[in-house]
Amino acid sequence: MNNFEPKIVAFVCNWCSYAGADKAGEQKLDYPANVKLIRVMCTGRVDPQFVMRAFRVGADGVMILGCHPGDCHYRNGNMKTLRRFRLFEKMLEQFGINRQRFFLDWVAAGEGKKFQEVTTEMTERVRNLGPLEIKGFVEREVG
Amino acid sequence: MSDKPKVAFYWCASCGGCEETVIDLDEKILDVVAAVDIVFWPCAMDMKYSDLKAMDDGEITVSFINGAVRTSEQEHIAKLLRRKSATVIAFGSCAVMGGIPALANLKNKKDIFERAYLDSPTNVNPGGVVPQEESEVDGYKLTLPEFFDTVYKLDDVIDVDYYMPGCPPTPENLANAVQSALEGFLPAKGSVLLPDKSLCVSCDRNESKPDDITISQVYRLTEVQADPEKCFLAQGIICMGPATRDGCDYPCIKGNMPCTGCFGPVSEADQGARMIASIGGIINAEKEGDIADVVNNIPDPAGTFYRYSLSSSILGNQRKEK
Ligand code: SF4
Ligand code: SF4
Ligand code: FES
Repeated sequence: MNNFEPKIVAFVCNWCSYAGADKAGEQKLDYPANVKLIRVMCTGRVDPQFVMRAFRVGADGVMILGCHPGDCHYRNGNMKTLRRFRLFEKMLEQFGINRQRFFLDWVAAGEGKKFQEVTTEMTERVRNLGPLEIKGFVEREVG
Repeated sequence: MSDKPKVAFYWCASCGGCEETVIDLDEKILDVVAAVDIVFWPCAMDMKYSDLKAMDDGEITVSFINGAVRTSEQEHIAKLLRRKSATVIAFGSCAVMGGIPALANLKNKKDIFERAYLDSPTNVNPGGVVPQEESEVDGYKLTLPEFFDTVYKLDDVIDVDYYMPGCPPTPENLANAVQSALEGFLPAKGSVLLPDKSLCVSCDRNESKPDDITISQVYRLTEVQADPEKCFLAQGIICMGPATRDGCDYPCIKGNMPCTGCFGPVSEADQGARMIASIGGIINAEKEGDIADVVNNIPDPAGTFYRYSLSSSILGNQRKEK
């Protein structure tokens, strides 16, 4: 175990995953303080630019958590997000950033336990990768 | 010397296309030459760096600097021109946002030197010689400029007053800028001298778009016959229009070629992020496998979406501490 404490930004949608985080709280389920939540109305609002900016200003990992497919309160914001960020992940590696630093998943309002699990796993994954340093040229962390 | 405004043109890491724009003013260049004195233009006129050094600070009315900054020589001249000029315009996409040379920012100096001088299959270099900043030949010390790790945009190394992207900017873009500069009509410092809206707004294929575009696959131009009337994106052909600044009068689209994004993003936008948002939003696939099929058909997203703007990308442009 190394003692590096990663900074992780999680964009969570208001209707499902933020409520899921709340649920974790109600159920007294701890989740790592490394994960800082940013509430958005829908994951469809998460412009890839937000995620880039988070990495740029010091996040070591970024998560997007939203409603399960079919449950998005704006019908298909989550599906657009899924497509956008599958493409985004591929590009991330071209910038020399390990794609494991990004994580997208669905957490429903009742899934306090799942919220705890995904945030804990993400924190450990990123802890193992170490700090992300974005320099002028791309210092590669992937081959 | 006359009292006419003095103008300079300089090229850093660029292909020469921006200089071509100046030539492409055609007979209008005669009006320009009549109105101004061109005091420094290494591409077209015989001038020495020492001539530039000898000028007074701020003596040049406007300098148009094209090209990205890849070497210490380019940085040096850019700084010198900055000192000698009242106004500096970053001219062309390389100066504004890195341009094609900045694609090299996906690699670094070490990768590039190894590939170019050692590993490339067409090389014969048994001694493993790579360029040195200093070397000695027959008792003479020879020097070369430093090759930076990063390709910088112009405003990473000097203060820039105005920006005019384009690969290259069109002669109309240039003529308008010169006209406004001569008449004193330039907007606030830091402005881009072009409209701040996306290309799709002007493109005459915009009307052909369905309200909700959906595509099930992305095609390369060689795989399909592009319909000359229909929006490229709606045909599944990547067109950078949604993520690209207007101002070129869409010559590519008129020639039935999709936009590759040479005018760069609109203000505050990251071109690649914009493009991912656009394309991701219209892919018609629900299952991971189907989404992967589309993503696999975009082999080089960074090179496609930032073909001209890597030095100004959020993930790839941070100035190296020097
Ligand atoms: S995507 Fe391309 S073809 Fe379609 S409207 Fe925009 S610029 Fe025109
Ligand atoms: S259509 Fe696109 S690639 Fe062609 S000149 Fe205009 S901005 Fe550049
Ligand atoms: S409302 Fe939760 S993802 Fe759209």
